[in-house]
Amino acid sequence: MPEGTLCNKLPINTKEELLTLLADKSGKKYYEEMNSLEVNVPALKALLDKTCKSRTRTWLEICSHCGMCADSCFFYLANHKDPRQVPSYKIQTTLGEMVRKNGNVDNAFMQMVMDTAWGKCTCCNRCGMYCPFGIDMGVMFSYLRGICFSQGFVPWEMKIGSGMHRVYRAQMDVTSEDWVDTCEWMAEENEEDWPGLQIPVDKENADIIYTVNAREPKHYPEDVAHAAILFHLAGENWTVPSQGWEETSLAMFAGDWEGCRLQVQGVYDAMERLKPKRMVVTECGHAYRATVIEGPYWAGLKSGKTPVPSFHYVEWVAEALRTGKLKIDPSKKIKEPVTYQDSCNYIRNAGLKDCAREIMSYIAEDFREMLPNKEHNFCCGGGGGLNGIGRYREQRNIGLKVKRDQILATGAKLVITPCHNCWDAIRDMEEVYHIGIRWSFLKPLLLQMVVVPDHLKPEE
Amino acid sequence: MYDLVTGPLAWLAFSVFFIGICVRVIWYIRGLDWKLDRVTYTVNVSYGIRGALRSIFFWLFPFGTRSWRNNPFLTLLVFAFHIGILVTPVFLLAHNVLLMERWGFRFWSMPEGASDFLTILVLVSAVFLVLRRIALPEVRIITTAYDYLLLLIAVMPFVTGLAAHYQWGSYDSWLIWHILSGEVMLVAIPFTKLSHFVGFFLSRAQLGMDFGVKRGGMKGRGLVW
Repeated sequence: MPEGTLCNKLPINTKEELLTLLADKSGKKYYEEMNSLEVNVPALKALLDKTCKSRTRTWLEICSHCGMCADSCFFYLANHKDPRQVPSYKIQTTLGEMVRKNGNVDNAFMQMVMDTAWGKCTCCNRCGMYCPFGIDMGVMFSYLRGICFSQGFVPWEMKIGSGMHRVYRAQMDVTSEDWVDTCEWMAEENEEDWPGLQIPVDKENADIIYTVNAREPKHYPEDVAHAAILFHLAGENWTVPSQGWEETSLAMFAGDWEGCRLQVQGVYDAMERLKPKRMVVTECGHAYRATVIEGPYWAGLKSGKTPVPSFHYVEWVAEALRTGKLKIDPSKKIKEPVTYQDSCNYIRNAGLKDCAREIMSYIAEDFREMLPNKEHNFCCGGGGGLNGIGRYREQRNIGLKVKRDQILATGAKLVITPCHNCWDAIRDMEEVYHIGIRWSFLKPLLLQMVVVPDHLKPEE
Repeated sequence: MYDLVTGPLAWLAFSVFFIGICVRVIWYIRGLDWKLDRVTYTVNVSYGIRGALRSIFFWLFPFGTRSWRNNPFLTLLVFAFHIGILVTPVFLLAHNVLLMERWGFRFWSMPEGASDFLTILVLVSAVFLVLRRIALPEVRIITTAYDYLLLLIAVMPFVTGLAAHYQWGSYDSWLIWHILSGEVMLVAIPFTKLSHFVGFFLSRAQLGMDFGVKRGGMKGRGLVW
């Protein structure tokens, strides 16, 4: 069975394999090898038998081909209503066909499936809300990604991402030591301005265990500092774990379910080890989705819940503002029109829309809702890993148009984006379309407007 | 022929229909897997039931969900079509007379004018559903011959029933065709997409549980469909 040296059915499990794959710039050789990757039909059949059960088969079967999902999909709208972008069409021609053929498919078919599952769907799950039968094509595309992964038909960056989680338990090459060093560095860097500021590592029985997205220690360490300062100002008894600190899951985007399990297990182990009262995760949508919403299932937790109650950063901020742990200086509230990007992963797929509105009521004088909004909001255009995949950059950029027009219609020039993927997509949108907007996480904005109690101010 | 289609064939059709949909329901529920579907069906049950009921309830009413409201024309067609298909056969005077004759009980029956109206409504909606399939590119691309066949199976009892009622040509042969086409529809339900007769409720309940238990239902006020 022909397998490439880079493009094959085996997941990345060592640093060496990871480096070799990374060295193949843009996956040039990787995608060449994919052209001769053979489909393991018996394995595919067996996988379908084992995992494609009544829910999915019923979804595929009873779809009435009514087309009501069409307008729910931002890709369909952004591509001038190209009927090939209708969610039902996309899933029926991929997973539907695969199931009808009972896995008897070839290389060209699998590449088409891959290009559809990653390049034409961000698994935002919006279509599921618009189907009269409740057929969630986002869920099916996620499942399909898992099938593609098992057969080696996975975009280069996704294979790398999954490998990162397997090797580093993080989406980037950030080791435990790197992480702890970053925490120490950020605490030192800021202790002069914020006397008493600490980033406690591995403290047991804290009220809050704080976890992040590896991009923060890797590229935006000030974000870790901002989180620390806000916890400090709120008087929280908090800690970060030295291991199990990363909540994101490119493995989820890649469809590497074993990688997903390994990743969340580390976080849950940290919860068990340090026994915090609760967990708070940074401003990242898919991190919350992966570790809090889906993770318990990967880890086999029958309650469907994380070992300790888990909260997205917006939940903590809403609570801190509500209880007065953080107070906003009224003169420093955002005066200009400002809008909020509802992230699919923690709003539509986790129900946190009210937290976002509550926060905005404290910090903004002229909050403008996008339309549609809350659980009906459109994906930013870069979710589901799409931001990171070079092969589909053009499709991604076209898809951004829907969000662009939504933002422009609000008249706001500032977009609050408490989600790394949304933040990236909207940054790239400005780069591509030059519409004159700014975008920000909550933390830096809060820091500018929060009241600093006298006893926490630096001595003059 | 009349004895055949109203005797053994009728028994066969109703048996296949009832057993078939029972098998469907059992197969569906047995195939649910909390780990694969990532929904704790048997834990957090109250949230699951609440989510399932909300998910079914809002979709059962025209304009009850945003998706129905976004598609007003289709919504009217779909509801007119389904109400006609479900209500007419059960409350039709002729069917109830037959029921009384055979089994000694009957349901309330509607005035003949109402059943005529509903029948025409089914046929007119079906015509528009077909036109919609042809006219709209986003529907055309997913439409197959199978979709037209199912529509045909669903409307044939109404066409033939109307023909028999108004005795266009031979009443007797229209009646036979009417009964046969009704039996075909009954048999088709468990074996085709028409299984959404129960599949609608099962699938809606499942997604409702998904959102009710896992995707936010336990935090916040629940999903606005």
